[in-house]
Amino acid sequence: MSTETTTAVEKKESLFSKKNRKLLTDPLDDSNPITVQVLGICSALAITVQVQQAVIMSLAVLFVMIGGNVIVSLMRNIIPDRIRIIVQLVVIASLVIIVDEVLKAYSPDISEKLSVFVGLIITNCIIMGRLEAFALGNKPGPSMLDAVGNAMGYAWILLAVALVREVFGSGAISFPGFGQVKFLPEGWFYANGGFYENNNLMILPPMALITVGVIIWIQRARNRSLIEEN
Amino acid sequence: MEYLSIFVKGIFVENMIFAYFLGMCSYLAVSKTVKTAVGLGFAVIFVLGITVPINYLLENFVLKEGALTWLSADYANVDLSFLSFIMFIAVIASMVQLVEMIVEKFAPALYGALGIFLPLIAVNCSILGGALFMQERQYPSIGEATVFGLGSGVGWLLAIVAIAAIREKIRYSNIPDPLKGLGITFILTGLMGMAFMAFMGIEI
Repeated sequence: MSTETTTAVEKKESLFSKKNRKLLTDPLDDSNPITVQVLGICSALAITVQVQQAVIMSLAVLFVMIGGNVIVSLMRNIIPDRIRIIVQLVVIASLVIIVDEVLKAYSPDISEKLSVFVGLIITNCIIMGRLEAFALGNKPGPSMLDAVGNAMGYAWILLAVALVREVFGSGAISFPGFGQVKFLPEGWFYANGGFYENNNLMILPPMALITVGVIIWIQRARNRSLIEEN
Repeated sequence: MEYLSIFVKGIFVENMIFAYFLGMCSYLAVSKTVKTAVGLGFAVIFVLGITVPINYLLENFVLKEGALTWLSADYANVDLSFLSFIMFIAVIASMVQLVEMIVEKFAPALYGALGIFLPLIAVNCSILGGALFMQERQYPSIGEATVFGLGSGVGWLLAIVAIAAIREKIRYSNIPDPLKGLGITFILTGLMGMAFMAFMGIEI
């Protein structure tokens, strides 16, 4: 009798209870997938030259994460333990194929710029990591919230890095659907007799790493509980 | 000469870590000591050297548009390239499993050295990245594809061993607290990447 009531209570626990809200907010700071869990670095660095690429990539990861987490969570009791990695990879790969085909159909130029990195969402460790650590042991509802939280944590780092790199590297801001807007007056540039020059180093790969390093520095200076031993 | 050029390009000019950031997750996680870094590096070379040629055959005889003509001329218009992600990752995951079993059976000493790293490698972006770059660049023969795979692997090994050596030494330096660990590793990798950009444009 008592067990029945507890299950009933568990079922009544709302989707946005305190515990579940923590799933959404934790990955934004305390357990951020990029700066704390160190997952999914590859794509975060490679496609942050322009904000529009970062936005598209974040949306793609959001879609694949929600889909993957919910599907694996629904199947968690029927997946044999020994082959779970392959099952997870197949689920993720199918979702990524959908994303890739949609991108190729609706924005071929961005699909071209992202090149192999759309395919590399498959091996993006955030997705595998969350499937292993969360979706395999939890109900679909909380798994979805966990997916949204982690995708958001990933997205804000991606957008922050892309914003810094594009503003200082190209003197412009871009957004999907609006194209790239150069907001500095042409007369300011050195070539036109002005005083300003874009920092071309920002567009090159090494600056992505240094920008992320500085973001980690700022985050850990504010939140000292994250500091490592050595 | 063609082979040498692809090999050197894979190591220095188009280094997996410094130019494309592939395999960063394991690069950051396993680079605390030189010994484990060397182990993982050789495992990556090994797996890249095996999976890139297999995926090359798959791409050219099954997936590419018109690749199935060796079966029958009717298939000249069949284009299965949308399946390439799922095929490549399946090949990689199963090859890693297979390699692990073969190595365990026939070379226990090697298994002792590489064993724990092999499962990690199935989800290392540099392996799938190698396959996808091979597909994008359309190498003319399987030899070139294999050399590309091996060269990228050696470049990856070089990068992870270098950062591990630096991290071993930097333990004794006075770094600002919030920058310790991950932060300084990122900045170091950025500086190394700048140094590697000096190789850009080299042709042999």
